[in-house]
Amino acid sequence: MRRLLALLLPLALVAAACGGDDDDGTAAPETTSTTAAAAPEDAGELVIYSGRDEALVAPLIEQFEASSGYDVSVRYGSSAEMGAALLEEGARSPAHVFLSQEVGAVGVLDKAGLLAELPTEVVERADERFRPADSTNWVGITGRSRVIVYNTDLVTEVPEGVLDLTDERYRGQVAWVPGNASFQAFITGFRVSHGEDAAREWLEAMIANGAQEYSSNGDVLTAVDNGEIAIGLINHYYWARLLAEVGEDGINSQLVFPTGGDPGGLVNATAAGILRGGAEHPGALAFVEFLLSEEGQTYFVEETQEYPVVPGIGDPDGVPPLDELDGPAIDLTDLDSLEASQALLTEVGLLS
Amino acid sequence: MALLPLAYLVVRATERGWAPVRATLWRDRTLELVGRSLWLAATVTAACLVIGIGAAWLVSRTDLPGRRVWRVALGMPLALPSYVAAWAWLARYPSLAGFRGAWLVLTSVSFPYVYLPVLAALRRSDPALEEVARSLGRRPMRVFLSVTVRQVRIAATGGALLVGLYALSDFGAVSIMRYQSLTHVIYISYRASFDRTPAAVLGLVLAALAIVIVLVDAWTRGESRTAKVGAGTPRAAPPVPLGRWRWPAVAAVASVVGFSLGVPLWSLNHWLQRGRSRADWSQVVDATASTLTVSALAAVATIALAIPVGVLSARYAGRLSRAVTAAAYAGHALPGIVVALALVFFGIRLATPLYQTTSMLVFAYVVLFLSLAIGAVHGSVSQAPPELEDVARSLGRTQIGAWRSITLRLAAPGVGAGAALVFLTVMKELPATLLLRPIGMDTLATRLWSHTANASFAAAAPYAAAIILLAALPTALLTRDRT
Repeated sequence: MRRLLALLLPLALVAAACGGDDDDGTAAPETTSTTAAAAPEDAGELVIYSGRDEALVAPLIEQFEASSGYDVSVRYGSSAEMGAALLEEGARSPAHVFLSQEVGAVGVLDKAGLLAELPTEVVERADERFRPADSTNWVGITGRSRVIVYNTDLVTEVPEGVLDLTDERYRGQVAWVPGNASFQAFITGFRVSHGEDAAREWLEAMIANGAQEYSSNGDVLTAVDNGEIAIGLINHYYWARLLAEVGEDGINSQLVFPTGGDPGGLVNATAAGILRGGAEHPGALAFVEFLLSEEGQTYFVEETQEYPVVPGIGDPDGVPPLDELDGPAIDLTDLDSLEASQALLTEVGLLS
Repeated sequence: MALLPLAYLVVRATERGWAPVRATLWRDRTLELVGRSLWLAATVTAACLVIGIGAAWLVSRTDLPGRRVWRVALGMPLALPSYVAAWAWLARYPSLAGFRGAWLVLTSVSFPYVYLPVLAALRRSDPALEEVARSLGRRPMRVFLSVTVRQVRIAATGGALLVGLYALSDFGAVSIMRYQSLTHVIYISYRASFDRTPAAVLGLVLAALAIVIVLVDAWTRGESRTAKVGAGTPRAAPPVPLGRWRWPAVAAVASVVGFSLGVPLWSLNHWLQRGRSRADWSQVVDATASTLTVSALAAVATIALAIPVGVLSARYAGRLSRAVTAAAYAGHALPGIVVALALVFFGIRLATPLYQTTSMLVFAYVVLFLSLAIGAVHGSVSQAPPELEDVARSLGRTQIGAWRSITLRLAAPGVGAGAALVFLTVMKELPATLLLRPIGMDTLATRLWSHTANASFAAAAPYAAAIILLAALPTALLTRDRT
């Protein structure tokens, strides 16, 4: 260990020395980061790890800074990699709050004992379906629905739900992302609502019908919109973003929100939690409360077409209202049997 | 240092005992993944060798029209992140998905690993040998194969090793092209399940493959010698006239550049036209400045560490130097996320004040890319004849002095090529940068990633363009004519 430090230090000195000379422009972020990592408490700075995208979240965080007076630093990345980093950092993490793209990552941190308890009255602001059943260690922030996206030029008979997709007419036409957390949550929902055997039969029938494996929801959407493949299984807001990028005239795809209890219509959530090390920082709770405030919820509804978790906030435009979504009847905490879903996916040969 | 990621993997793989390790290793699927990864690495390496050596020879030893421009353009694809190239290709040619696409993309972004060091080796080698061969009646093609290729063999195999290991570790191309390889599966298991055991076991398998490849490479390299007695006179070689092969040669070079730079640029332009999102120019400037800073720091730090290791392995080949080199190369074969998490794990425990500072980030780059610089230093030092140092010492120079005034000077172009390789590769590095950068700092790669992940392709385009422009700097510097 000592040898390691002896190797590290000179390198650090070289880097620090050159950093000063080389460039004035980047000196500022460098110094703020050092104080943030070393002494966030003294500086009073609130450190957030965000698995959600910067373009999306940064304006909201600026609103929070302006209204609360806290100084906020945010580290952006993907939820899964942030979650993995938080697990490695453990109790020493400089982060106070974790904002996750999906429930899975906060669930894992909770199981590892890294999350602090939130006050019950804060968690209860979210609708029951968007909070954990047996703890108050995290809370849902927005809801999103699983959907079927299809290319309007390639698909003449639009499927109503994922159960239709095993039909011969969709052979080789469906794209899915078995490694993706929201796909796996969908499989969990399938198992819980329709039973293990039904889920396995559906997966096997889909494989037999030539379903194509992709590596992310974004790739699936791009492929469907480009006409590379006809149909894909994704989350609804990806499409809303693409629509914002290319406009009504430029988009070649549309969504189906499966109803009638079809497992393809699962409603899932993004979530936030406070790290144990962040519980002392008053800004951490203030930020979570801000996300659940009318201002925070309305922002997500308007900017990303996601569903609010707090009752009484209006639904997003261009998608069916939350009440009309009629996916599988399950509770988000039921989704914690993720391991069984992964075992099933491994068994049918989709994961290793 | 290079062993940190391996130590981390051992800790993570065995934290729940040996049963899960055996369970992961003993699956048929693991063997299949190893086979797929090796096949991809082998085919990409073969293609890169042909393209890299051929292109370097054409632009440095022949009368190829426009060779100064080609010389720079051929080095630039190295800075292009594989996921950008893959995504650009797939958007235009969806049917490429699978092995063909992964092979094409990896070859198109990694052939400069061979091209740059071979070009440097050609420029510092004495053309007299080729002239002698020609004067003795050998035809140009045979001269090329029997003399030229032999002179650049160490530079080329060093480059090939980097290509092979890079192809093993790359995630961007295989994931977008949907080719199931070891790396792909490692990422998926981190992303989907936070179950670090199988990911760590497969990571160790990858590291073991890398070490075997490095040892086989060292063994086949054997004791052969590439240095002549006397430094020779590295001078501009009189260009070989291509004759009727002139235009086919231009077409070949142009298609390599077109495949590796043209298609991604074309695709970006398409999105720039189609998309509505716009980049914030002050962010582009900030990201460019920080990218330049960290890439330059990483290049300097990596070279500083690589010189002793490279010299050691070139001059005093022994078990120790082989072990150090193998460990460094293993770092290059590991997926970025593994190295990043290893440094998170050790960094926050052992170097808390440095955690998430620029120093830590530069340190991560050194671990990831040390092998790039070691290969270049090794290749160029072994071309410098050790006898000259002996002579200098006999004339009263100290050992260090003799080394500095003779070997380092002769090896300088190769060392420079190593620094450029590191610089170009750091510019596009993503997973370690995301986790270890100082909070609030963005590089071109992180901005590019966040815009593409968000479908804001038009906003992403300027970042990709900036990466390519920045890449031209070191490449132009390295490939310029000596006067």
